[in-house]
Amino acid sequence: MSAVIQTPEDREASLAGIGVSRLRKEDARFIQGKGNYVDDIKMPGMLHMDIVRSPIAHGRIKRINKEAALAIPGVRAVLTAEDLKPLKLHWMPTLAGDVAAVLADEKVHFQMQEVAVVIADDRYIAADGVEAVEVEYEELPVVIDPYAALAADAPVLREDLAGKTAGAHGPRDHHNHIFTWEAGDRSAADAAFAAAPIKVEQHMHYPRVHPCPLETCGCVASFDPIRGDLTTYITSQAPHVVRTVVSMLSGIPESKVRIVSPDIGGGFGNKVGIYPGYVCAIVSSIVLGRPVKWVEDRIENISSTAFARDYHMDGELAATEDGKILGLRVNVLADHGAFDACADPTKFPAGLFHICSGSYDIGAAHCSVKGVYTNKAPGGVAYRCSFRVTEAVYLIERMVDVLAQRLNIDKAEIRRRNFIRKEQFPYTSPFGFEYDSGDYHTALQKALDALDYPALRAEQAAKRADPNSPTLMGIGLVSFTEVVGAGPSKMCDILGVGMFDSCEIRIHPTGSAIARMGTITQGQGHQTTYAQIIATELGIPSEVIQVEEGDTSTAPYGLGTYGSRSTPVAGAAIAMAARKIHAKARKIAAHMLEVSEADLDWEVDRFKVRGDDSRFKTMADVAWQSYHQPPAGLEPGLEAVHYYDPPNFTYPFGIYLCVVDIDRATGESKVRRFYALDDCGTRINPMIIEGQIHGGLTEGFAVAMGQQMPFDAQGNLLGNTLMDYFLPTAVETPKWETDYTVTPSPHHPLGAKGVAESPHVGSIPTFTSAVVDAFAHVGVTHLDMPHTSFRVWQALRDHGLAL
Amino acid sequence: MIPPKFDYHAPKSVAEAVALLGSLGSEAKLLAGGHSLLPMMKLRFAQPAHLVDLNGIADLRGICLDGDTVVIGAMTVENDLIASDLLRERVPLLGEAARLIADPQVRNRGTIGGDIAHGDPGNDHPALSLVLDAQFVLQGPNGRRTVAANGFFLGTYMTQLEESEVMVAIRVPSFAKGTGWAYEKLKRKTGDWATAGCAVVLRQSGGVVTHIRIGLTNLAQTALRAEEAEQCLLNQPFNEAAVKRAVAAAMAITDPAEDLRGDPEYKRAMAGVMVQRALNNAWARSA
Repeated sequence: MSAVIQTPEDREASLAGIGVSRLRKEDARFIQGKGNYVDDIKMPGMLHMDIVRSPIAHGRIKRINKEAALAIPGVRAVLTAEDLKPLKLHWMPTLAGDVAAVLADEKVHFQMQEVAVVIADDRYIAADGVEAVEVEYEELPVVIDPYAALAADAPVLREDLAGKTAGAHGPRDHHNHIFTWEAGDRSAADAAFAAAPIKVEQHMHYPRVHPCPLETCGCVASFDPIRGDLTTYITSQAPHVVRTVVSMLSGIPESKVRIVSPDIGGGFGNKVGIYPGYVCAIVSSIVLGRPVKWVEDRIENISSTAFARDYHMDGELAATEDGKILGLRVNVLADHGAFDACADPTKFPAGLFHICSGSYDIGAAHCSVKGVYTNKAPGGVAYRCSFRVTEAVYLIERMVDVLAQRLNIDKAEIRRRNFIRKEQFPYTSPFGFEYDSGDYHTALQKALDALDYPALRAEQAAKRADPNSPTLMGIGLVSFTEVVGAGPSKMCDILGVGMFDSCEIRIHPTGSAIARMGTITQGQGHQTTYAQIIATELGIPSEVIQVEEGDTSTAPYGLGTYGSRSTPVAGAAIAMAARKIHAKARKIAAHMLEVSEADLDWEVDRFKVRGDDSRFKTMADVAWQSYHQPPAGLEPGLEAVHYYDPPNFTYPFGIYLCVVDIDRATGESKVRRFYALDDCGTRINPMIIEGQIHGGLTEGFAVAMGQQMPFDAQGNLLGNTLMDYFLPTAVETPKWETDYTVTPSPHHPLGAKGVAESPHVGSIPTFTSAVVDAFAHVGVTHLDMPHTSFRVWQALRDHGLAL
Repeated sequence: MIPPKFDYHAPKSVAEAVALLGSLGSEAKLLAGGHSLLPMMKLRFAQPAHLVDLNGIADLRGICLDGDTVVIGAMTVENDLIASDLLRERVPLLGEAARLIADPQVRNRGTIGGDIAHGDPGNDHPALSLVLDAQFVLQGPNGRRTVAANGFFLGTYMTQLEESEVMVAIRVPSFAKGTGWAYEKLKRKTGDWATAGCAVVLRQSGGVVTHIRIGLTNLAQTALRAEEAEQCLLNQPFNEAAVKRAVAAAMAITDPAEDLRGDPEYKRAMAGVMVQRALNNAWARSA
């Protein structure tokens, strides 16, 4: 009779809720090869699509001959822009207010652009068909340099825009100009500069890189000609938005379009947009009445799907002689490639780049971003970052280092002097962002203590004094603030849809639950962490909470997963939906216990009558009652839906420190230590957070030390395979040291801020800061990425430091 | 891999493989580990009508001793070189260098014979075979012949191996007592080819170099043996000045191509660094 009495602590532990390092529920199927990715999906009668791509970067299509391809047994169709024209699908709108060719219409604008598609009985025949399609081009002059693109006599890239003097973001003043976007107060910034005794400036290029997820992009489109409905399995970070776009483009009612994002093998921004391959597979399925699969290969992924960055930045700081920053000015030339296909909130053609005042209390600031067309693939997506935040953080962190060097002030000290102080939050930045919370000074000191920063500086000084030292030592420091969790619908929308997110929770009669969200995990572990939120909010064990996402026919509408928005937005929706259920449950429990709601206390998993521990009802008891005999006046069942429109962004921050040893003979940079302190507010699953940070740091290391997409003068992309494009393995990856502080967000229901992108955003300038620091004693203020051995060796040679 | 159609042949003996090459002619390609051929087929740069897979020929695998010479079957995979006690004892350079080739998965398939016969200057075994004074056993329609590594490599993808021949074995003399060795390879990442690589084998007597071989990887159209550099050291006391002369002589014969690893200036400089490090390491190991 005497059951073991469980303490509240025991019961709380059995929930595996917020704060628990619960093992990932996803891993069991992934490590056993039981995932279900797009390329795993096979449907009866499925055909295969492959794409004819342009070998040149700029040219006129003189002639396309399909005959030889169509003559191959098993080739079902060959489609070109001419075939899409009657459907008005040869061009499509981009998320940035431009249009992009689905299949090249009269002209090709970049190497590997989609020119035609071949649909065949199997993948091999489709590839044979691609080889057999004959395309004749007339080559046109190629524009690779974005500065050259703006020369008066530069070739006209976008003939389709001839005569258009305005684009989606204001006037165009040149045929290759897309937009000029400004933020901040130009005259205030100019005044600050005019009055300041110290001014520094630095030009820097944030190179074009590619998110390069392990799984490339693809889809299986299946149109049912009898029922008139379309199901598409797709590698998308935003399936609900895809459904809306597909419905708008195809004319099929949204109710008859089902988009499913199954398991996704990484996105990193690469899987936000709509690609020509998707559109062509869907059109092919509608035309042929059979399922059509398209999955790109690695070269296609790197060459033609969305790139990131490619910002040419000029930064300027004005300051006092003791290093207090008075003003910031930034001018950016943004290379957008052939079409403006950035994935940003509609009103922000440069994303949230205006977070570029960083963690510092700067009186006056102004930034201007000019977008231009070149003969390169379109994109400009947020590669493991909130929209253009990586570029912004890189800019300000580099500039603060440059100023520190100019004034001979230590780079930790100059940050201390300029940080927004704890008591200034909520803090309104000169660009109008309202930072929610932060404590930068505490975090910085913790980081400096962790690595014994003064000792590192002393060691560096000794190395510098030794002309025979085989290595140069560099110390990198970054103190970043991100803006994530887009975003408040008054500011942020995608194609007119506000950037809310959603959650639906159903508690079953026996106390287990299913929950569905508008986001989609691509490796973030939503099935694990989302259940933990519900477990803590409702007192139901995580183990019995099923989390589903990605199927537009079952999940509530949401804007998807990118820009670290899942926890800030969907996580809040989950908490709010749970709280609606909690409120109803309290009424039911009060009814069951025959007391008023006010007499109940909530404790872990139960409502207790205040003052009498023996009288309680658990959430499971309440669930049964809600289906069995709900109180009069209450609907049966126990479920809720919440659409959460965040009142503000969240502002995670961190302090990163890095020590590199540069081999003076080879230019190789060895990362001796890398310490990452992150503050993402409330921590839901520390183990998953640590995994996210390790992943983000590794991708940041890849960007800073090796990733690049160089083009030759003819617009050929050099290095579009993993032989050249740097994806670090465990051998190259440094050992990561992680740490944290907790400064909850005051406006988020859980106090959580989002974390997965901080390590990417924060680490990249840290590596640059460290590499440049190794050369600081010879007057180097900046070196552009990637810091490959070759490039670092050139710097060694140029400064007489090579051995 | 989505290659065009091809026919697949799996001979069980070298004779059968040679016969297939004879009957299929230039439309046939030998498949060893496949790490060069299959990527080319994936890109459709190579479109052989016939693949003759050597992986089923048991005689082509294994490492044994013939007198003082180590005989390595051409289809012996890199991981077997690394695991071989016989090699560790007799020619320790091979297993050590194999660890620097590609990654463990590739080393499970990639073969020493394929690496040599492909004639790619980026491959590591050509320079290694030059410094080891290796000999290659080739079997063709007229039987077997043995050729020296030195002189085997004619140009990029061009060797003395005839289209009708199969490489059967690599013969490597055991190291004499006191031999020093090193392989230095600068690469961007795991799986990459060398930005510059240098293999050295040397012997000494009382501080004077009595035997020296210097081989260079990925610094010209073929793997190079740096004979002038060797002459700077042979019969000389080993010291900094001699090493410096050898480094300069080795750098002088390089003719590296520009790619994303670096420009010729960088690669030549790295050749110098690798030669210097390999010489010093080999010297330190010699007795």
